[in-house]
Amino acid sequence: MNTDTKPVKPEIGIDRSVGDFRYDVDYEYDAGIGLSEKTIEYISNVKDDPDWVRRFRLAAYRKFQDMPMPTHWASDDLENIVFDNIRYYLSQGTEAKRSWDDVPEAMKKTFERLGIPEQERKFLAGVEAQFDSEAAYSNIKAAVGEQGVIFVGSGEGLAKHPEIFRKWFGKVIPTGDNKFSALNSAVFSGGSFIYVPPGVKVTHPLQAYFRINAENFGQFERTLIIADEGSEVMYMEGCTAPKFETATLHSAVVELVAMKGAKIQYVTVQNWSANIFNLVTKRGLAHEEAEIKWIDCNIGSRLTMKYPGVIMKGRKARGEVISIALASDGQHQDTGAKMIHAADETTSNIVSKSISVGTGRSTYRGLVHVPKHLKGCKNNTECDALLINSHSRTDTYPAISVRGQGNACQHEASVSQISEEQIFYMQQRGISKAAAMSLSVNGFVNDLVQQFPMEYSVELKRLIELEMEGSVG
Amino acid sequence: MSLAIQNLHANIGDKEILKGLNLEIPKGEVHAIMGKNGSGKSTLAKIMAGHPAYEVTAGDVQLDGTTLLGIEPDVRSRMGLFLAFQYPMEIPGVTIANFLRAAQQARLVEGEELEAVAYYKDLYAKMDALKIDRAFTSRSVNEGFSGGEKKRCEILQMAMLNPSYAVLDETDSGLDIDALKIVSDGVNALRGPDRGFLVITHYQRLLDYIVPDVVHVMVDGRIVMSGDKDLALKLEAEGYDWVEKETAVAA
Repeated sequence: MNTDTKPVKPEIGIDRSVGDFRYDVDYEYDAGIGLSEKTIEYISNVKDDPDWVRRFRLAAYRKFQDMPMPTHWASDDLENIVFDNIRYYLSQGTEAKRSWDDVPEAMKKTFERLGIPEQERKFLAGVEAQFDSEAAYSNIKAAVGEQGVIFVGSGEGLAKHPEIFRKWFGKVIPTGDNKFSALNSAVFSGGSFIYVPPGVKVTHPLQAYFRINAENFGQFERTLIIADEGSEVMYMEGCTAPKFETATLHSAVVELVAMKGAKIQYVTVQNWSANIFNLVTKRGLAHEEAEIKWIDCNIGSRLTMKYPGVIMKGRKARGEVISIALASDGQHQDTGAKMIHAADETTSNIVSKSISVGTGRSTYRGLVHVPKHLKGCKNNTECDALLINSHSRTDTYPAISVRGQGNACQHEASVSQISEEQIFYMQQRGISKAAAMSLSVNGFVNDLVQQFPMEYSVELKRLIELEMEGSVG
Repeated sequence: MSLAIQNLHANIGDKEILKGLNLEIPKGEVHAIMGKNGSGKSTLAKIMAGHPAYEVTAGDVQLDGTTLLGIEPDVRSRMGLFLAFQYPMEIPGVTIANFLRAAQQARLVEGEELEAVAYYKDLYAKMDALKIDRAFTSRSVNEGFSGGEKKRCEILQMAMLNPSYAVLDETDSGLDIDALKIVSDGVNALRGPDRGFLVITHYQRLLDYIVPDVVHVMVDGRIVMSGDKDLALKLEAEGYDWVEKETAVAA
């Protein structure tokens, strides 16, 4: 049965209304509602987990139960997540299809409507499309595969490449890093596993698309990317969900490992609907002269808590976080970055721009750590907030500990508003109030948007325009 | 065809600033308003353009017979009214090229796309005429501009948007003599039978370069005297006291 909620304009890229539709799907595998050891056992059985993964999940579950909700520093809104009301696993099978023709009809239609196969043809080196708990489709271009690049779902990575997978899995982000990384470790399913062999430079981006289709559902993908010595890869992820009446949870764990001289760029353009709790842990480990760059764009969701980090473990390693957050009415974007300097001459850069509209709220939390014994480390942090109308709220919590001699740190923060006079000036040139708002907002983030791949920056600008139109009314 | 103001009264908060102002600028003419600081000149400009801070309590402003009151500022602009600001606003991150492109795009019917090549050709030609470096196209609107650069940028915008009536609010303030000449040449180049100008100024000097057809004197929210360009010279030489005395007697 087709349960389209409303017509969508197909010519528009990734705006909220494009994601707001769903087709009914009969799930072959359903772990039911609520979380217990039985739920985890069910997931392990469906996925045919090896023993070490079963043990890993159960240990993580106990940790999750023991850890308190981090409301002492984060939003009280977390209390509104009812873990017993959530469904933890829904799929039509664990095997991703290599051809769109083999993907079940409802899923295929969903991704077509989101434009994924078209983007794949146009500019991507590989695509993974996850529908609720499992990837429905996963494929890379033959030329890329022939270079030895592995790009599969995490389950397939674990089954077929255990020697690489197990070495790094859970090593960058320990299970007990936070309550939600523990939850993810207990029930994880889906996400990507990528391995790029030494010296291989993947010229086009690899993309994953995460789609939540079911209500009261939790999506817990787990991504592990390993770029071997001197290799380069760019990974992009997009995400949408239909509008549901009830809260839905997305809680991913993403681990990146850049070996000596490798470069990883991880781009996120998230466009969650306004009832999603988006609680994600992302961290990279950069070895000598390696570079890890997170480009993170957070639009939508009810509450997002996300602080991508880089541990610079080798000499001259480099970490960067570029983030844009847009908090519209009723939304809270609690985002930031963590930079852990653990070797000499490591450098990190954080540029964060947030926009708060109406009752929307943006929070920046940053952690920069340079221990005393290191030499020649540098950090630059800039956070700028733009407030649109008087209800908006923005907070900045930078925690910077730079010790020792010969280490440099620079921190700049600004808060600005779009003034009535600016809007009047633009309107006097014939530009409507809504267009003036979106022009100003796009201007505010312009220097960061230019760092996005072209295809994404165009969509991002359009998305901001649509958000601003809605907010001016 | 004219920009006509009839018995205009306007407040900001509880304070009345315009107190029954009458003025008509026929298309093809250049009118100047002179007056002391605080006489309400700049307020008049903002009210014509639809600034939300002011409340019109009586009277009317009509563009070619259509009232502008109650109409959004962007619609007034698209109807053909342009205001060169005394203090142009900075728009961080929005380049001049993108800003003017958005303004021109707003004038097209929905679904029609501005033709980029023709647009840039037009923009560059007008920048050259105003001696604005082409590198300015990629600079943010007014951000970090000198006083003279801001005013030249206002004239550039006017030239690009091709209004039927333009109000220039203290366009001469902050300009040295070279910049004043460039700006005046830019305005004079746009003079013609299809356009009316209202030049608001504190000093006569500007009117040596933009020679007006009619000069009005504004005192306390009203036009109290009108004459030809010699009136401006007399104001420059003798100040405003005689005007106030004469009109006080008349009242």
